[in-house]
Amino acid sequence: MTALVARLRRNPLLAYGLLAVLLLLLPFLVGAGLGRGWVRVLDFVLLYSMLALGLNIVVGYAGLLDLGYIAFYALGAYLFAWLSSPHFGIHLPFWLVLPTGAALAGLFGVLLGAPTLRLRGDYLAIVTLGFGEIIRIFMNNLDAPINVTNGPQGINLIDPIRIAGLSLGQTTQLAGITFSPPHLYYYFFLAMTLATVFVALRLQDSRIGRAWAAIREDEVAAAAMGINTRNIKLLAFAMGAMFGGLAGGLFAAFQGFISPESFNLMESIMILCMIVLGGMGNVPGVLLGAFLLTVLPEALRYVGDWQRAVLGNVVVDPNDLRMLLFGLAMVMMMLYRPAGLIPSRQRRREFDADDGVAEQEQASLYDAGA
Amino acid sequence: MAALLSVDRVSKRFGGLAALEDVSLSVMAGEIYGLIGPNGAGKTTLFNCMTGLYTVSSGAIRLLGQPVQNSKPHRIVELGFARTFQNIRLFSNMTALENVMVGRHIRTRTGVVGAVLRGPFSCAEEQASRQRARELLGFVGLAGKGQALAGHLSYGAQRRLEIARALATEPKLLALDEPVAGMNPSERREMGDLFRKLRDAGITLLLIEHDVKLVMGLCDRVAVLDYGRKIAEGTPEVVQRDAAVIEAYLGGEPA
Repeated sequence: MTALVARLRRNPLLAYGLLAVLLLLLPFLVGAGLGRGWVRVLDFVLLYSMLALGLNIVVGYAGLLDLGYIAFYALGAYLFAWLSSPHFGIHLPFWLVLPTGAALAGLFGVLLGAPTLRLRGDYLAIVTLGFGEIIRIFMNNLDAPINVTNGPQGINLIDPIRIAGLSLGQTTQLAGITFSPPHLYYYFFLAMTLATVFVALRLQDSRIGRAWAAIREDEVAAAAMGINTRNIKLLAFAMGAMFGGLAGGLFAAFQGFISPESFNLMESIMILCMIVLGGMGNVPGVLLGAFLLTVLPEALRYVGDWQRAVLGNVVVDPNDLRMLLFGLAMVMMMLYRPAGLIPSRQRRREFDADDGVAEQEQASLYDAGA
Repeated sequence: MAALLSVDRVSKRFGGLAALEDVSLSVMAGEIYGLIGPNGAGKTTLFNCMTGLYTVSSGAIRLLGQPVQNSKPHRIVELGFARTFQNIRLFSNMTALENVMVGRHIRTRTGVVGAVLRGPFSCAEEQASRQRARELLGFVGLAGKGQALAGHLSYGAQRRLEIARALATEPKLLALDEPVAGMNPSERREMGDLFRKLRDAGITLLLIEHDVKLVMGLCDRVAVLDYGRKIAEGTPEVVQRDAAVIEAYLGGEPA
């Protein structure tokens, strides 16, 4: 095993090759090992990865705490439903609707960002939280006088994504292999997630990414160094919101049905937890966080079965226990790994500042300079 | 010689407190201009007004003839006026090199699309930024420390890094807020050498300082603030003998 790891370290191409094969085979491995339902969970892992990467731009890169992020997901989802379902009788193709949804969400990102530019930290969190609730309540109530959102019933029969005559919503035979819709969506989402990862990584290591980091570190100094803090912050809101809107459109197409209750505050907090748990500002960490916080709650559903097997009946409702264990896990995390599972280089140093590393480093630098 | 920066009857009030009252001064291109005064005299307030961090209550500030009072800080940096802070404000969790590269922001153009696609223009610009940042680190005496986190540098090195970061914005006028505070005599001498090197490179310096000896030895002209008013201005020799200045620093006879 260690020999293999050493070999992969020496040869990154081989490592990426293996990873690619694993990602391609994953839905079949999971489907065979755990059942069809888990392929759907995989799809959601990818959706939440995109969401978490988007929120990571706002929270992790630029340091703007956003508790209403799910609103952009909702906007993307509803726009997809409006332009691609019998609700208005419009059926535009996905390659038109997805970018439009992302753009609409980006626009709302700017609309949310503009009045909150002067706010930071907890104040910003409260305003964004309100924004998230406003969008959800609008979706809940915009069924009269004109039926825009169909209220709490939501919109159904949303068109699946069709690529060159192949509908991702239907079981398909390709080269003798049967692909169910969750399998097909898996590959589409995988491509989108990889694109998102690519964009997130590139942005982080760029002039724009440095400007975001500077604002996170010290906004006054950033302004005094010539950064147009207003525009750069709005850009962070817009970029994050676009990823959210894109993921929303994918969600609508995948589910075929959306309603306001999918976009509640708990979802916003869950996505924020993914970032914090995985490692704020660090793309691999965020992906790990999205994976764990999507898979763990699903896995904990089986706690009921275990109880029945071991104790003969269900003592604690799995739903209650699920949230209890989840909360416990978060508390443990914050106690033992406050910088996240895979912290970014910067965060790790921030949290390590008191263990002498900093002083040592400073001393050695001082010596080198003398 | 034309005034690079002219401050015309600027006042700044915080509620009932007048931090600056009718302060006027002008900084000529190529000189080292000192701003001194006892604690709380309003030196930093004036700095903050000039660099766009505060809005002035009244008066005008012109940079290269353009009115800049109440302009946004980034506008003022763009016009060629950069600054450092009295209490060092580096981006402590970024490396020294990244700190300086942030200073290049205003002189570079790569946007989101360029950052993601990394076309030839963006790549070249990024490369040039990095190169320039390395040169500037060398210029202020921090060569080889580019990869250290700013927050882990020694105090003196942080002061130097702040100057390098400000230089990256290509200023014509560089304002330094107490750059040698807390330094020992030999460090002060080295900083003085750096300031002369900056002037020789064609950068006009505006210096807030407590260390009267350093100011007197270095500055071409000095203005003295006390209780938000300018009480003297001129060459160091003249200002040193000014009765009002002596009274402000040493305390005068009760009137």
